[in-house]
Amino acid sequence: MSLRGLDRSFILLSGLAVLLIVTMLAIIVGNVVWHGWEPISWEFLSGAPRMGMTEGGIFPAIFGTVLLVLLMTIFVVPLGVCVAIYFSEYANRQSWLYRWTRQAVNNLAGVPSIVFGLFGLGFFVQFVGGWVDQQFYEGKLTYGQPAILWAALTMAVLTLPVVIVSVEEALRSVPQSYREASYALGATRTQTVFRVVLPQALAGVLTGGILAVSRGAGEVAPILFVGAAYYLPELPKRLNDQFMELGYHIYVLATQSPDVEATKSLLYATVLVLLALTFLLNLTAITIRARLRVTGGLR
Amino acid sequence: MNSTTSTRDFPLLKVQVSDRASVAAPVTDPKVTVESLTVRYGRRVAVDAVTLPIYRNLITAIIGPSGCGKSSLLRALNRMNDTIAGVQTSGRVLLDGQDIYTPGCDVIALRRRVGMVFQQPNPFPKSIYDNVAFGLRINGLVHSKAELDERVERALRQAALWDEVKDRLDRSALQLSGGEQQRLCIARALAVEPEVLLMDEPASALDPISTAKIEELMFTLKQHYTIVIVTHNMQQAARVSDFTAFLLSGALVEFNPTPQLFTNPADPRTEAYITGRFG
Repeated sequence: MSLRGLDRSFILLSGLAVLLIVTMLAIIVGNVVWHGWEPISWEFLSGAPRMGMTEGGIFPAIFGTVLLVLLMTIFVVPLGVCVAIYFSEYANRQSWLYRWTRQAVNNLAGVPSIVFGLFGLGFFVQFVGGWVDQQFYEGKLTYGQPAILWAALTMAVLTLPVVIVSVEEALRSVPQSYREASYALGATRTQTVFRVVLPQALAGVLTGGILAVSRGAGEVAPILFVGAAYYLPELPKRLNDQFMELGYHIYVLATQSPDVEATKSLLYATVLVLLALTFLLNLTAITIRARLRVTGGLR
Repeated sequence: MNSTTSTRDFPLLKVQVSDRASVAAPVTDPKVTVESLTVRYGRRVAVDAVTLPIYRNLITAIIGPSGCGKSSLLRALNRMNDTIAGVQTSGRVLLDGQDIYTPGCDVIALRRRVGMVFQQPNPFPKSIYDNVAFGLRINGLVHSKAELDERVERALRQAALWDEVKDRLDRSALQLSGGEQQRLCIARALAVEPEVLLMDEPASALDPISTAKIEELMFTLKQHYTIVIVTHNMQQAARVSDFTAFLLSGALVEFNPTPQLFTNPADPRTEAYITGRFG
């Protein structure tokens, strides 16, 4: 084949690949919207499941998901930002400490999510929770059981690499000349980080947080053992309560229902709600980021 | 540009020119003394055993072709090279007789005494006011808003920028023109009241009018500050400086009063460079 022919066929091939992806996305989203649109009503969004989950709504699952993700963010963002600051601003790239921690973060990103679930059960629920019960509750089972707190912490460990990588990228994109200007005025490294670099990287910090949230909102495996409830119409009130979660609820509706046909439309609607929720979160992140870019960071 | 080298008074006429090193023997003691300073980036030697005095309230220019180590030498004077991994410095730099490379030296305090202006204007993406106030705030140099206002105004006046920006102090510094940004950076450096001001090609990114303003400014500033300027522009060095050091491949070739270096250079390599035969 001539060079030109080769060139053309490659363009054609890559165009087809793009088309394939777009079509797949369209089929998935289209299918969900088509089937899931109808059952969505105020009652569905605000009510609890009834009649063996063949009727009623999904509010406990929405509430549980939002709360889980919120708690997770509170844990993961400060921790992730600190690690990213260490990597980008303080660490000596040649030191073994840097190389080992960097490798650890990379490996963390590659661990299957079910393993995080088992880790959460073993470490947070049994070890930490058990210890808390021994120390503060005279051995009475209080925190040593699956709970939203442990689920949020497990999820935080899972999403930590996402936060670290995106915050670090944002920190590195802050021009070196800002750091130099700050040092030249007699600023310490910490002053430079908190007054010059971090404010510039705020958009990246937000992006990291939201990426973690949209990743976390879709995960089911890690929370299977550490807090997600099969059916629990009451909302969680304390940190050691169990909770319903959208992703897990979808799994339950799809596989555990006594009457699969009856739950089918509810299932589609639940998927649509989860998709919309994640989409909304991403949209918020993009909007905030765009706005921060325009004003050139926070003053 | 109204002042040229020939019409300016030259306070240090008593200068001995030795056969090779050509270091001037001054009537005043130097503000900064560089003693066999060597700066290495890994194995590469950027500054090679340079010895040189920098006199009080005068402008010292460092000239030389690209990559001759003039910026590395300048950055050694406030230990900015410390921020680059893999840089090794040996020799001594005495500021008022104190070696800034002794282990106990407080680098933060040193950088407050030796301010710096960079090649590319690099104001923070904050307001004009916050830019100038930055150094005062981080060093805890002011105790009231009124004092801060006053010091910011004074610094902006010193940098000849006050009249242009006094009505828009809360606007972003990034909205200023390049020349205004560079004068803002000078004001920012002056706000902490340093003793020495290092300028790393401060006008190379600016248009001729902005350049002239910066040079004008340097003449007024040297009444209060000791200035060291790195420049690849020989006309600029001749216009503004009192002493000039010529560097080649990291080594000091010649250090002399500016009129002498540009009219009657002691070293044939200096003559070759200033007449444009290489570099």
